[in-house]
Amino acid sequence: MSRYRITDDDLRHAAEFRADPLGIPGPGLQRVLNLLRGGPKAGKYVLVAREPFRHWVLGRLPADRGQPVEVIDGMEFTDLAEAEWAVFRLRWEAHTGQDPEELLQ
Amino acid sequence: MTRILGYADRISAAPGECIRVKVSCEDLDRYDANLVRIIQGDINPSGPGYREDPVALNLGGPFEGRHQAIHMGSYGVVDGAPPFPAKSSLGLQVLVWPTLPGHGPQTLLSLRDPRSGAGFRLFLDAEGAAALEIATGEGEGGEVSTGVPLVPERWFLVSGSYDAADGALTVVQRPLNPCTDMNGGCRESRTIPAGLAFAESGAPVMIAAGPTPGRPATAHFNGRMEAPKILSRALDAKETENPVGTDCRGLVAAWDFSVGISTDRITDRSGNGLHGRLVNLPTRGVCGHAWTGDEHCWVNRPEHYAAIHFHDDDLYDCGWETDFELRLPEELSSGVYAVRLHHGNEEYYIPFSVRPPRGTTTAPVAFILPTASYMAYANNRIGIDVPDTEIVCGRLMQLHPTDLFMQTHPEIGLCFYDLHNDGSGVYYSSRLRPIVNMQPRQIGHLGGVGSNLWQFNADTHILGWLEWLGQPYDVIADEDLEAEGAGVLAGYRAVITGTHPEYYSVGMLDSLRSYLDGGGRLMYLGGNGFYWRVSFHQTLPGVIECRKSEDGIRAYAPLPGEYYASFTGEYTGLWRRNGRPPNELVGIGMVSQGFDVSSPYVMREAGRDPRAAFVFDGVEGPVFGDYGLSGGGAAGLELDATDHSLGTPPHALVLASSERHTDLYLMTPEDMDDPVPGLGGTEAEIIRAEMVFFETPGGGAVFSTGSIAWCGSLSHADYDNDVARITTNVLQRFLDETPFAIALGDRSSPTTES
Repeated sequence: MSRYRITDDDLRHAAEFRADPLGIPGPGLQRVLNLLRGGPKAGKYVLVAREPFRHWVLGRLPADRGQPVEVIDGMEFTDLAEAEWAVFRLRWEAHTGQDPEELLQ
Repeated sequence: MTRILGYADRISAAPGECIRVKVSCEDLDRYDANLVRIIQGDINPSGPGYREDPVALNLGGPFEGRHQAIHMGSYGVVDGAPPFPAKSSLGLQVLVWPTLPGHGPQTLLSLRDPRSGAGFRLFLDAEGAAALEIATGEGEGGEVSTGVPLVPERWFLVSGSYDAADGALTVVQRPLNPCTDMNGGCRESRTIPAGLAFAESGAPVMIAAGPTPGRPATAHFNGRMEAPKILSRALDAKETENPVGTDCRGLVAAWDFSVGISTDRITDRSGNGLHGRLVNLPTRGVCGHAWTGDEHCWVNRPEHYAAIHFHDDDLYDCGWETDFELRLPEELSSGVYAVRLHHGNEEYYIPFSVRPPRGTTTAPVAFILPTASYMAYANNRIGIDVPDTEIVCGRLMQLHPTDLFMQTHPEIGLCFYDLHNDGSGVYYSSRLRPIVNMQPRQIGHLGGVGSNLWQFNADTHILGWLEWLGQPYDVIADEDLEAEGAGVLAGYRAVITGTHPEYYSVGMLDSLRSYLDGGGRLMYLGGNGFYWRVSFHQTLPGVIECRKSEDGIRAYAPLPGEYYASFTGEYTGLWRRNGRPPNELVGIGMVSQGFDVSSPYVMREAGRDPRAAFVFDGVEGPVFGDYGLSGGGAAGLELDATDHSLGTPPHALVLASSERHTDLYLMTPEDMDDPVPGLGGTEAEIIRAEMVFFETPGGGAVFSTGSIAWCGSLSHADYDNDVARITTNVLQRFLDETPFAIALGDRSSPTTES
């Protein structure tokens, strides 16, 4: 569990991620990702494949074994980079209260 | 949704032999089945293309579909009614170390008719307090509870009594070490009718679970239990302070779990012969209340290991009925096959190896199907149970139908990467259950950017290459190595491993060692092989044990004092910690893992050594393998490298190595005695894959790639690439009978040049 907290200085890392969500992150972005991708199982975002390698919907893990994965309506992807950026935005906003897409405009 | 599931009674068979197939359907009244030969299981559109070849064999379908349930949860059963006098008094006593008190009622010791309710049960009630219930078939009786929950993971003596003379129903819980427990002893008593006829049902005694209509057991206990006893008299107050002896009067049964630790049997020391059996393999060889820390091996002091750890999610054998039997045709060539169960869009594969007819070889090369490693990862929940998997993979987890099925059907059981519901580590893994991630077409979690394959399906990259090459090959399963030893490899000019043969028993390791000592040629086409020591059960089929003692990359650490396998008494853990590092066998050993992207190899000076000229024939280099389906490179996922201190042969040539990995690649704990900054793949020099070649004294040789990702690169550009060229070059030379020779005095350093 990361103790790191996002600050305004991390916006450049958000820009780095938006530019290439599937790229190899630099150390600063990696530190941000360690925070955003960490956290508990319950509610964790996952991609549920509707068609392997081609089509996914966003889902969230349940807390316990035996419970179904929750599928989030309206969040469908045919591009993994778009999916990564969408989840990055959700998590960044959950941590900071701000949408990085708007901050980067 | 996975609506057809199945498994087979065996994972390896010879032509002419029979495989029993067990099937369960959910809301399907019929299904069909056919036999297919697995050629290439990767369904990545960028991959070589999925291929299975049908075998013209009528399996007898279509078949009637039916549901067969899976009942997880371990317990003990003692068939045959104890010799109770009618309207007897009753005394019950057991030592318990609960792990989930307060998580619903949990039975400690019971004898109840599931229909009439007649009998008794000593249990932890819904709040986790010790309780006793007694009843007749007419509904007379009562229940008493201490009302105070037991403390998790502390030893308690729990006693219960019913005095038939005065109707006193008493339950007592006493911590064995009051200094460390918040709750002191508790005693509660109430009066119910005297002279109840509670023991007339003839029902079996059950330990750690109770009976219920329609299923084998319910109300499973989670935790450790020791020395359960039944008496035909009430216990007096003094007898609730310490466990009663086996010489006390009125003893009906006294089970001693320190007897037969390596078995699924429990022994009664009362003299009444009420021996029992264990269902679903609860964990044995675990520390009991008497363990002092002076002895760490249960073989030497079994009385310190007189406990059994029961879990409500243990599973050994689903015990399904056979739906059909498959007799393998005599002319069926050796290979990896599967029974494909299907109905409409629903399908399920049950893979197995067909070995050559016993005592024969039908090809010059054998592929060892790493079935022990498949068992170790059986129904692996790392993508759905372990939130940090996304971090180590560097990307969102993608869940596929089998993941969603595992999430909603935890009853299909656990593996060595999972924790039990009570947080304890999983020591046993079986194949006598559906293994949904051991199928072609499956997409994993740790297989890197690209196809993302792992274990069974990743190994089909090797099968696809052999088939593309037109190379005849036999398939030998790990269980064949274990059961038959080196003889099963005799006669093969070359042997090929899987991509990740991580779990090895001593018998399997001895077999490979003997093969090499006899002049065999071994192609280790993977990474992190020969890492964990596993033990096969000595009498029960299809189950292995692994305790990840000391260190290593692991999901949990066994508790102190529990580093010896219950199946065999062997010391467990890394082979490196058992005096047989993989470096001795294949020149290299595990140094790092990372699951995002893979890297290319770079040829080294030793790659130009004339001894290895055959390896790079037609290869331009110096960089190769910057492509592939397993992370986009040939060096990735889990990496091996040389280490002379761990037994890398002095004359081993490091032909090539990877240079740089991402910082998601980290050093292994066993190489990290004193952590310092810079442990990731961009900085730590130890993090590299090393390709190694060396000759053996018997005229044989070893070629090792040092990377799980290697075989994901084979099919690149329709197999017209340097990874496939190198692999083919090595195979062709290894199939050449010309002996390899070790140049005396050649001590060339295998260390990586930079």
